[in-house]
Amino acid sequence: MIRVQTEDFDVSKEIKALTQGKTHIGGVATFVGLVRDMAGGRSIDTMTLDHYPGMTEKMLAKIEAEAVARWNLDASLIIHRYGPLSPGDQIVLTITASAHREAAFEANEFLMDWLKTKAPFWKREGGKDGDRWVEAKASDNDAAARWSR
Amino acid sequence: MTILYFAWLKEKIGKDEEQVDPPAEITNIGELVEWLAQRGPGYADAFADREIVRAAIDQEFAETDAPIEGATEIAFFPPVTGG
Repeated sequence: MIRVQTEDFDVSKEIKALTQGKTHIGGVATFVGLVRDMAGGRSIDTMTLDHYPGMTEKMLAKIEAEAVARWNLDASLIIHRYGPLSPGDQIVLTITASAHREAAFEANEFLMDWLKTKAPFWKREGGKDGDRWVEAKASDNDAAARWSR
Repeated sequence: MTILYFAWLKEKIGKDEEQVDPPAEITNIGELVEWLAQRGPGYADAFADREIVRAAIDQEFAETDAPIEGATEIAFFPPVTGG
């Protein structure tokens, strides 16, 4: 499942809802991305996420389907927020559930690596010196490339 | 066709969406970028670094040489920074 929303999310509720009744699941890996208060030595007061409605949902669904196929996951969830956020706020949640932990851990890393380079979101950070669009990092491309085959 | 702009392209061009009808000799993304960049200083600025601007045709990532014939929605944006 994927969700793109402005509202916050409750990690434990999402895990419960996702795994309810699926007692063959032996491991659940979760990742939560938060808004940092510093970026490249610059103090951040606000972060606003722009995205491409329609394509965002399509890409997230594709990324999730790829993870489910590669690791044969029993359940998965991606939630990504957009709109105005503040330091400490949750931005993104990835949950991967499988019979064994290896698949859950690996698939979760994969989801985040692909999401970072393929999901059409753009971050804008606001500080005392004004607003700035975040630039893409080469290290994110390298992280995504390790899953190519 | 509908053209969409996101992030700083939207700010430089001053709009997030517009309808355009490029001439028949504009056949791919690269040519469309050249054509759009001529439309004004905001466009020229937004497309100044051709290497950095990414594109999508009908919500699928598209390379410079991707044909635009039959496309209904083409989007331009910087490299993504979500997650």
